[in-house]
Amino acid sequence: MKIWKYIGKRLLQTIPLLIIVSLISFFIIRISPIDPLAELRLNPSISQETLDKEIKRLNLDKPIYVQYFSWAKSFVKGDLGYTSAGEKVSSKLKERIPNTILLTLVVIFMTWSVGIPLGIIAAYRKESAFDRMLTIIASIGMAIPSFFFAILMLIFAVKTGWFPVGGLTSYNFNEMSLVGKCIDVSKHLVLPSLVLFTISLSGLQRQMRANMLEVMDSDYIKFARAKGVSEFKVVFKHALRNAVNPMITLLGFEFAGLLSGAALTEYVFQYPGLGRLILEAVMKSDINLVMASLMMGTIMLIAGNLIADILLMLTDPRIRDTKG
Amino acid sequence: MTMEILQKIFKDKFAKWAFIVLAFLYIVILFADFIAPYSSTYSNRDMSYVPPSKIYTITEDGKLSLPYTYNYIREYEPALLQTIYKQDRGTKYYIKPFVKGEKYKILGIIPCDRHLFGVRDGGHIYPLGTDINGRDVFSRLLFGGRISMTIGFLSLFIVFPIGLLYGGISGYFGGIIDNLMMRFAEAIMAIPSFYLLIILAAILPSGMTSVQRFCLIVVILALIGWAGFARVVRGMVLSIKNEEFVQAEKTMGASNLRIILKHILPQTTSYVIIAMTLSVPSYILAESGLSFLGLGIQQPDASWGNMLKEAQEFTNILYRPWLLTPGFLIFTAVLSFNLLGDAIRDFLDPKSKVR
Repeated sequence: MKIWKYIGKRLLQTIPLLIIVSLISFFIIRISPIDPLAELRLNPSISQETLDKEIKRLNLDKPIYVQYFSWAKSFVKGDLGYTSAGEKVSSKLKERIPNTILLTLVVIFMTWSVGIPLGIIAAYRKESAFDRMLTIIASIGMAIPSFFFAILMLIFAVKTGWFPVGGLTSYNFNEMSLVGKCIDVSKHLVLPSLVLFTISLSGLQRQMRANMLEVMDSDYIKFARAKGVSEFKVVFKHALRNAVNPMITLLGFEFAGLLSGAALTEYVFQYPGLGRLILEAVMKSDINLVMASLMMGTIMLIAGNLIADILLMLTDPRIRDTKG
Repeated sequence: MTMEILQKIFKDKFAKWAFIVLAFLYIVILFADFIAPYSSTYSNRDMSYVPPSKIYTITEDGKLSLPYTYNYIREYEPALLQTIYKQDRGTKYYIKPFVKGEKYKILGIIPCDRHLFGVRDGGHIYPLGTDINGRDVFSRLLFGGRISMTIGFLSLFIVFPIGLLYGGISGYFGGIIDNLMMRFAEAIMAIPSFYLLIILAAILPSGMTSVQRFCLIVVILALIGWAGFARVVRGMVLSIKNEEFVQAEKTMGASNLRIILKHILPQTTSYVIIAMTLSVPSYILAESGLSFLGLGIQQPDASWGNMLKEAQEFTNILYRPWLLTPGFLIFTAVLSFNLLGDAIRDFLDPKSKVR
């Protein structure tokens, strides 16, 4: 039950945070000289009625703080307004957010299943040739700009023709069987996830190595060894459990980093995710869409951190007992 | 301390090379006008997407010769429906040192018209080809480096004073001030940083001079980075403020601001140096990302990011690989800063084993 209390407390804490974020982003966007309805006005398929409805909904004729409150009211109600192309913002977000979450989850799964073992090996064989090689690879991975690496991958894809380029589905997606659909989506996911994987892997591996080194140096490991516990048990039963805890906190940060890093990768690969949506919205100065996707990105980031904290509570008894 | 850090750097194999590479890059961009064969405004509209000039040291009949190159001439190939470039084997252009070229000022002061290398009038030398506007990619790389390699440092000069002061005040006073200030910083951190970055860049008015735009990009990059830094400083200040020397200052009647600026913040110096070297790369990457999207440094100014913008087109990346060179330079610069930062951290903070 303790854990539910903690989750409830954390959820309450996010409310003021979201209010401040919305205030910051609302005023940043509104101090700019951009007319939020410019695109709507120029679009001939938008009737004067819809336009008037938008002006009324956003209270554009009233002072800025009134505008903020009316925006906040409709946001809480779930009414996010229309994009400059006349579509509903909420349906646009519904279409894009799952794609970004899918990409992020695939990348996190890949980095964890490769980075953690590599970190353990590197720490266990500290300063061996293998560890040195990993250090060099990690430095390289951390230094490549994501968009540049994405471009190199595009060249690779086009030259070999092994992977489809752009989008998440092929043009004949709707005619495929369920298995075919899965294969098609995963083929499209390979390149973007590979780019993000390479970039976030190095940090994770280095961190795991550092944690592991610290734990392996501690007294209880020395004691376990002195007691005659087998090396396998020392590493996997005693050391690993303690070394992995800080990594869970890092999961939240990783999620944040991936959201940002994904924007450029999504842009290069024409992947239909939230990052590319916000980018397109910014380019078209589509205020409704920018505001909504910014808030969604923030909510996703906060949710990622929350999940990481809850996981940490589940795995680390020390935190469970003090925080609950 | 500087000498000690330098000694330490030169002991480390990787850090030594990183230092040398960075020093080389900075010297090159400092003297970019002299080293580049063309000026930053040079453009030859008839020569777009010319491949890199081939440089020969052996003549066609197999004799050793001074390095020379041929001009490219544009030809229309009706079968392929496109223009292609062929070498004009008629005239040789010898590459000579210190040739006369466009006028410029060394370091912005001394007028000069000699360039490090070049060919005589009528010839062209494009060591890394040209871009869509017929501008020499090699020259633009050097001029672009001026922006890409300095913008991070300039942002840091805004981030660090703000972060130090903000974190210092927040940690020192504690209580409700601390609470409010930290909630605000957390809110900034809760927005995915790249989303915030592109929004800030996108609301910049379009009619600005390139200098104004450059300054505002610096400010925007700083706005993203200060919050995380301020939080760490606050944490450090929290632990420092209870030490005896701070109590002593208080009883002697020093003002709060004086205690924060003169006694508490200097204690964080080694962390600041580490954080500075380790955060330069992220600013370089952020600037290049922004410019790559067309929201950062604008044409005709060059930056490594906006030069890569052309690499967004398929035909360019497949048939004109020389347009990708800025990416390798960003990579080299970031890698070097990372390696250097690691070495400095190991020296100043030997306890930290991270990375």
